[in-house]
Amino acid sequence: MSDAKRPRPLPTPETQHFWEGTRAGELRLQRCRPCARAYFPPRPFCPHCGGREVEVFVASGQARLYSYVIHHRAVPGFTPPYAIAVVELAEGPRMMSNIVDCPQTPEALVLDMQLEPVFERMDDEITLALFRPARGDTP
Amino acid sequence: MKPGAVAIVGAAETTRLGHIPDMSQIQLHADAALNAMQDAGLTPADIDGVAVAGETPIAIAHYLGITPRWVDGTAVGGCSFMLHVRHAAAAISAGLCRTVLITHGESGRSRIGLNRPPPSPASLVGQFELPFGPMGPPSMFTIPVLRYMKTHGLTHEQLAMVAVVQRQWAGRNPRAMFRDPITVSDVLDSTMIAYPFRLLQCCLVTDGGGALILTAAERARDFPQRPVYVLGTGESVETPMISQMEDFTSSRAFRVAGPTAFAAAGITHKDVDHLMIYDAFAHLPIYGLEDLGFVGRGEAGAFIAAGHTAPGGRLPMNTNGGGLSYTHTGMYGMFALQESVRQMRGTAPAQVEGANISVCHGVGGMFAASGTIIMGREPG
Ligand SMILES: [Zn+2]
Repeated sequence: MSDAKRPRPLPTPETQHFWEGTRAGELRLQRCRPCARAYFPPRPFCPHCGGREVEVFVASGQARLYSYVIHHRAVPGFTPPYAIAVVELAEGPRMMSNIVDCPQTPEALVLDMQLEPVFERMDDEITLALFRPARGDTP
Repeated sequence: MKPGAVAIVGAAETTRLGHIPDMSQIQLHADAALNAMQDAGLTPADIDGVAVAGETPIAIAHYLGITPRWVDGTAVGGCSFMLHVRHAAAAISAGLCRTVLITHGESGRSRIGLNRPPPSPASLVGQFELPFGPMGPPSMFTIPVLRYMKTHGLTHEQLAMVAVVQRQWAGRNPRAMFRDPITVSDVLDSTMIAYPFRLLQCCLVTDGGGALILTAAERARDFPQRPVYVLGTGESVETPMISQMEDFTSSRAFRVAGPTAFAAAGITHKDVDHLMIYDAFAHLPIYGLEDLGFVGRGEAGAFIAAGHTAPGGRLPMNTNGGGLSYTHTGMYGMFALQESVRQMRGTAPAQVEGANISVCHGVGGMFAASGTIIMGREPG
């Protein structure tokens, strides 16, 4: 899959920690201290209770394939067919991603299969969190 | 707001639908608005409220020569017009204005004079969804369905039947873009767009528009058309990110908007004679039937496949042929409302005999928003 012209995210002050994390090979989520609930996408307050007492933590990276489509049309930066997936992290939040190192077929992409993150560098600032079938060598 | 306090007294679509290469988007709004004013026997001088999505109320009021004392530019996608009806009914009831014009026009196919900016790469969608290669609704709106299929056992054949049944309705409608009957095999053999969705499970892309005129029920008998009464309304929003919807098998916005409208109208499902559920893609009527409570969880696929929403079925749904076969400019909600009005007036091409109550349910964005309007032939 060519990433030359993949749409590039533009970090904002509230999302900077996430992009710093992926650059360092970590999936950094946020969690509310009073509720103890993790959430995504980033924001400096808890979407469950509205509290501002939140912390950044490094997620385990354990995830499962929650749902997806296999896109068959040409999109700049992608070679069809390719899956656009939503993964569910062990900590609870879901995020959109792509599934790599795996045939892009319904037979290979089985819902609830275990996944692990792969950090794919776009440029000096942006690294994307993609996922691949878990190999069992991560916690 | 009292059920039936406000009525729809003007309703029309653009004179042509489908491929209209000689009109810009704003002119499609105007063409529909002029047709609706003619339908109601009004001129721009009679309109004192304007609600619009796709263009601004400023642009539409100026273009049509209207001096409003109330405007609504709520733009939450294809169900914006359901929200406009709701807001207009409240505004009229509160005495903020007397006669509201709601317009839609979209050059979805010819793409003349569009003004929808692409999402910012700094937005949450731009940062956390677009980098993974979705290209518009066919590859985003469809993402939750595999989870629904695994949870409830919905089959590919049942999902295909949604398109088959709606084509049966379209075959009864001379204005529908696609009218030839199709089979489950036709659907499952059509071009793959975004697995599990094939071409015939995705909406059309057309040019067109529509407009509605609302006023207080006590004035409604003074207009040339039979009034259609607004019995109940509901609205909600959930998330701009399809990846963040709370439940991939159900829309929270549907679950708020639908029951709110039913409660306001004071009706139950048994009272409903006619149903419109915005069908940009084949799964939407399935989610809508369940989230509005017409069937239980996981039952909608079998319900549709059994013919209950088809011509002759007990719950006629999407009787114009829907976004899958009738027309879909981009914001289809206006066309669903138009069909509910026709059914309540008794003038629909595929008229449901004796229909007195119609539920019209819309979606905006990709499960981002929802609006439900319940209409009646009688004020209550
Ligand atoms: Zn909290």
